[in-house]
Amino acid sequence: MHPLIILVVQRIALGLILLLAVSVLIFLGVEALPGDTAQQILGQGATPETLANMRESLGLNEPALTRYFSWLGHALTGDFGKALTNKMDIAQAIGQRLGNTLFLAACAGVIAVPFAIGLGLLAARHNGRWPDKLISGVTLATISLPEFVAAYFVIYLLTQVIPILQPVSMVFPGMTFLERLHAVALPVIVLVMVVLAHMMRMTRAAILNVMQSPYIETAELKGLSPMQVIWRHALPNAVAPIVSVVVINLAYLVVGVVVVEVVFSYNALGQYLVDHVSKRDLPVVQAVGLIFAAVYIGLNIFADVVGIVANPRLRHPK
Amino acid sequence: MSDQMKDLVRLAASGKINRRAFVGRMGALGLSASVAGSMFGMVAQAQAKKGGVLRAGVQGGQSTDSLDPALAASDVPFMINMTWGETLVELEPGGVLSMRVAEEVTSNADATEWKFKIRAGMTFHNGAPVTAEDVVATLKRHTDDKAQSGAQGLVKGIAEMTAEGDTVTLKLAAANADLPFLMADYHLIIQPGGGVDNPAAGIGCGAYIVKEFEPGVRCVMEKNPTYWDTSRGFADTVEVLSINDNTARTAAITAGQIHMMTRVDPKIAEMLAGAEGVVIERAAGPGHYVFIMQCTQAPFDNNDLRMALKLAIKRDEMVEKILGGMGSVGNDFPINAAYPLFDDAIPQRAFDAAKAAEHYKASGHDGSPIVLQVAPAAFPGAVDAANLFVASANEAGIPLTIKLEPDDGYWSNVWNVAPFCASYWGGRPVQDQMYSTAYLSTADWNDTKFVDAHFDELMLAARGELDPVKRKAQYSEMANILRDTGGLICPMFNDWVEGRRAEVGGWVANPAGTLMDGKALVKCWLEA
Repeated sequence: MHPLIILVVQRIALGLILLLAVSVLIFLGVEALPGDTAQQILGQGATPETLANMRESLGLNEPALTRYFSWLGHALTGDFGKALTNKMDIAQAIGQRLGNTLFLAACAGVIAVPFAIGLGLLAARHNGRWPDKLISGVTLATISLPEFVAAYFVIYLLTQVIPILQPVSMVFPGMTFLERLHAVALPVIVLVMVVLAHMMRMTRAAILNVMQSPYIETAELKGLSPMQVIWRHALPNAVAPIVSVVVINLAYLVVGVVVVEVVFSYNALGQYLVDHVSKRDLPVVQAVGLIFAAVYIGLNIFADVVGIVANPRLRHPK
Repeated sequence: MSDQMKDLVRLAASGKINRRAFVGRMGALGLSASVAGSMFGMVAQAQAKKGGVLRAGVQGGQSTDSLDPALAASDVPFMINMTWGETLVELEPGGVLSMRVAEEVTSNADATEWKFKIRAGMTFHNGAPVTAEDVVATLKRHTDDKAQSGAQGLVKGIAEMTAEGDTVTLKLAAANADLPFLMADYHLIIQPGGGVDNPAAGIGCGAYIVKEFEPGVRCVMEKNPTYWDTSRGFADTVEVLSINDNTARTAAITAGQIHMMTRVDPKIAEMLAGAEGVVIERAAGPGHYVFIMQCTQAPFDNNDLRMALKLAIKRDEMVEKILGGMGSVGNDFPINAAYPLFDDAIPQRAFDAAKAAEHYKASGHDGSPIVLQVAPAAFPGAVDAANLFVASANEAGIPLTIKLEPDDGYWSNVWNVAPFCASYWGGRPVQDQMYSTAYLSTADWNDTKFVDAHFDELMLAARGELDPVKRKAQYSEMANILRDTGGLICPMFNDWVEGRRAEVGGWVANPAGTLMDGKALVKCWLEA
């Protein structure tokens, strides 16, 4: 069998073991938090009787180990169960919210990735001169801004000064594609601002690194234009580090955007997870945590594979 | 009617001034507040327009929310439930009850047995008629031993409930002249079969029917075509949107994406009032922000020390800086003018560094730091308020310090556990309910661990007392006991500060709760 396929299979197997370890960690983490689901639901209105009644009906009196293995048994058969707090079906709720998360991440990614790589190439082409400095300065400024500040800024600019977009970005089933795009426009702008700099700077650094190589000099001496040199000779050799940074940022767009979700009231997975952590709703926290972990692990496997395919020395190991 | 009055009526009819301004200006022209108030209602009602989509942006929704009224604990589920559901009676502005599912309420002479006549011809959203049996089943679900309801503590004094024909009879273990007020509690929404089979179905007998509910996001409700009361339910569709971020909610109302919003930040209320198309609504309610000392824990088991702290707080400054002036000073008991039978002759306590120092010295405290535990979740501006408290206490020579706690888990780990912490109370419709919730020595939520046999006796006596004069005197004595010996430091009562679009008609502020006590979507309409 091709060594690459073996490697991918190995990575996936390792990933599954990692997921199991993650589920144990999440369980321990939620257990370690002060207070339990019953206390968090009843809050200031809790009385000893109602607490006892609710613990009984939620099965919180079982030992921790029993609860973990009962959850694991169901999860392995694809049954994530119902939320402890509002008894809603977890798989169904997650399905819809995961769709919203991926939609937002895809919109931001489709704009940010080509834009960042293009700007990185441009900056590398004009290394040290004003276009480079301008691009670096602007993207560093946008990444340095906390997400919620950037969000408030665009809310002010695009809903109050120039009222063309809406500050609340909730999306619902039944909305058309264009309506959805209009709804998520503001969070997408913020996310693009946030992820641009990292990818752009890595592209620039990777290209500049390769530009020192002798074959680049050869290409220049052949008479190729600077952009052709970068496009044909530098970029293919710099692709591995760029892809790994792009992947990290894509993973971030999926799992790390809860602040943006809250500011724009966007109904996606991050907010869903935070709400259930605050209520100690273990089955939901487990399910969402595993999805996030799977996204991270999956994207990292992808980046590794691309890195290997792009590098002949790794592709044909001795 | 004078020309000026006619102008005011015109303004009211077009929704350009609110009830408060209308009554105030009519008062200036010599009209009594009650006449002006009902006039405003009539003028506004006549203009009611049907149709459209009315949206409320509400803070306090989570994706863990449920439609089960027993579990409602924050503004979003409260607002949603009040829109699809209906209680036996409702609390109107001015502290009077209006009849809803109950058509008539009567009691025997000593207030130990109450009869509720159920309104004929009402139906639930599933088509079933609303019967006395449903009402009893609902009350039972919230009160029995297996109940998981936020109302359990309130209604456990009911010894026996029976349904006969169209009448529900509640027999009480002890007399309670305020029992009908308890039935206005937002948990006690009447559900078919008491909601036992499916408590979170969202099926009630209110003016709107739940069409779509995504917890922590929104709830879409449509007009109930068979609803009995024509003075409610004007919009075709209403939506409750959960918008937790203050800035987003504010931006949404100025952009017109929502028609009304809860919790306008007092700091920006004035600016927002200047925004085009936005009106700020205030209601002085019974809600208050508090610092709680547990009377059983050292050093707070010493009344001189408690008194020293009560005297070392600058109340006016707090109302000004924490509430942006949108509230009033508290007097270390949980009652204000929003309650019936409030005694306004009780002298107002004020900051007095010298007296505070005197009491502090008399307490014999060893001078070690007195720790106040606080988290931002305790109430809006809680940490700033605690800092102001520390500054003024230090001025009086009291070594007060702050321990900052995380929001997460505050209500289970700090409140009702720590000897001295910050908290809030939303208030209750009547004095008895407030006192019996948190100041009776045996109350579940007696968070100040206040025990005073005479206070308990007075409370139980007042509960069964039908003579308002005697009752007022009893409440006054209780207030004084709490004020001078209790563990509660109550520096301020917070107003509801809310926003609405100018095109929303029919708004009548109700101090009992946020957004017209949850009925704004049901009672308001959209102009044009």
